[in-house]
Amino acid sequence: MQGIGVSPGISIGKAYVLRQRKEVASGVVLSDETAILREIGRFREAVKLSVEEVHELFKKVVGEERDILEVQLELLQDPQMESDVLARISSDKMTARDAVLMVIGLAVQVFEQMEDEYLKARAADVQDAGNRIVRNLSDRVNALISNARSTAGSGISRSGFEDDEGLIIIAEDLSPSETIGMDRSKVHGFATQSGGKTSHVAIVARLRGLPAVVGCGGELDGILDGDLVVLDGSHGLVLVNPTAAIVEDYRKKREIFRQEVRRLAALKDQPAVTTDGVRIELLANIATAEDMEQALAFGADGVGLLRTELLFMERDSFPTEDEQVRYYTTILLRAGNRMVTIRTLDIGGDKPLPYLELPEEDNPFLGYRAIRICLDRKDIFLTQLRAILRASVFGKCRIMLPMISGVQEVRQARAILEEAKGELLRSGIPFDSAIKMGIMIEVPSAAVIADLLAKEADFFSIGTNDLCQYVLAADRMNKQIKDLYDPYHPAVLRLIRYVIEQGHLQGIPVGMCGELAGDPQATSLLLGMGLREFSMSAPAIPAIKNILIRSSETAARKNFQL
Amino acid sequence: MITRDFTILAPEGMHARPATALIKLARQFQSDILLKKGIKEVKMNSLLNILSMGVKGGEVVTVLVEGIDEEVAAEALNTFFKQTAW
Repeated sequence: MQGIGVSPGISIGKAYVLRQRKEVASGVVLSDETAILREIGRFREAVKLSVEEVHELFKKVVGEERDILEVQLELLQDPQMESDVLARISSDKMTARDAVLMVIGLAVQVFEQMEDEYLKARAADVQDAGNRIVRNLSDRVNALISNARSTAGSGISRSGFEDDEGLIIIAEDLSPSETIGMDRSKVHGFATQSGGKTSHVAIVARLRGLPAVVGCGGELDGILDGDLVVLDGSHGLVLVNPTAAIVEDYRKKREIFRQEVRRLAALKDQPAVTTDGVRIELLANIATAEDMEQALAFGADGVGLLRTELLFMERDSFPTEDEQVRYYTTILLRAGNRMVTIRTLDIGGDKPLPYLELPEEDNPFLGYRAIRICLDRKDIFLTQLRAILRASVFGKCRIMLPMISGVQEVRQARAILEEAKGELLRSGIPFDSAIKMGIMIEVPSAAVIADLLAKEADFFSIGTNDLCQYVLAADRMNKQIKDLYDPYHPAVLRLIRYVIEQGHLQGIPVGMCGELAGDPQATSLLLGMGLREFSMSAPAIPAIKNILIRSSETAARKNFQL
Repeated sequence: MITRDFTILAPEGMHARPATALIKLARQFQSDILLKKGIKEVKMNSLLNILSMGVKGGEVVTVLVEGIDEEVAAEALNTFFKQTAW
């Protein structure tokens, strides 16, 4: 069956089905003041026990799982919850257990009705805190039974399980403490009926590197304890009692995935340094804050290309300056002290905006687009530059102009940047006054005059996709001429070499953010040409790093001849 | 009493993690600290209350501080809202 894969990887194991035990209120009315005081005492005792339990869990976990427990602790001791429960006990004469069930039930409803997906998911945290208190209010025998559910996997050692095949937890949903409390040596994956990308099970599974599929729906009900389950977290698949051939197939896939993970893990924190000591920057091409997370997970040294188009698409009007500031700030904060290269708006006839009317063009790729629009519609450009400048104090960033074809464009853009700086200065808004402004080299004319542009720009980034199609006059989307589109054509390679050489002569950094940068076949060649910044989609980074750390820059230089 | 307005910088809004940090910060002061959004007003000591306000990214919240250490508290909250990376 199909769900949402929220944590990649493959697990094969026996189903361990968790059924939610529905807690029902007793309806008992407390008889007198003594009973009320007793119930208040029991409630306080249960909260104390619950807090101690969570402190115990704390010892087992690190990082983000700790954040989840911090929230649990806060909820268990929430003053609002406490005063509501105490009011139910003393005024409504409810038992402590009934009072907690009632108060938690109402709070859960409030969260479940929220529109925001994240806040909606917090209902699970509230429910979890409530369940814990309720469990600690129940008598000892009951406590043991319900404990068995939340410690699933830790105490189970049934016969018949092969050692390498663990348990796949099947549940309607899992609470944070259930997920965290599970013994990772036995639990090999999770499949839940409900939930989404922000569910705890998704977060914890990713942190632990266990596959997880959520949102499988009611079909999951059909799975019984002990069923053989194949879980493919990469594709969101749950297979129940598949044939031996399919299981064998998935065993192989699992081995390949594990090897890949080990290889990635080993490389992640290792800098890309060649055998003869040349440090290469491996950067990521990203568009969102989520991509930033992924870039960090793959060990990117920074961002070589932040596409800002996404911010402008799928909406009815231009994003305001404040909206843009928030978008850039979020990414810069996540990037920490890594450099983020922000490319200014790159739209055109092929990438239209619903609220920006552009003239019909016979040839949008040679038309009114990218920097050409920005220099013409100064209002759009100025807003974006102001937003980038305002965000620049939250991290390290630089500005990159797309589609530059001549010196004048760079000078005009720089004048507008100075104007933006002046405005902010006068308003007393802080920004990075030394912010760098570089250009993409993707138009042939720019490549040919790289020597002149190197005096104007603070850095170069070669966009091989457009450069290649412009140099060879071959549309890469046109199937009939797909063989003509060849980034290894000597004309393209000569231009790349020239751009790198001229940039370095002027002492400015030269990078590449086109597909060639992430192509393992080109790595040695580009290294030999002197390229020092390779920017690509994050998952391509480990493979390129793997090549670079085995290469000698001196040898690459000698090998390459054009 | 000191009153300050803050814009929530994080696009995802006031999430559990920053809200928890905020409560812990507020607890360090003796002043009464209130959080206000529109007509909703809650004490800054309950995660349930703060989260149920559903503060979104870009929204403006008002913080009201009153007590003997109100100036220090307001300054600390100012730093929190302006600089915390959440």
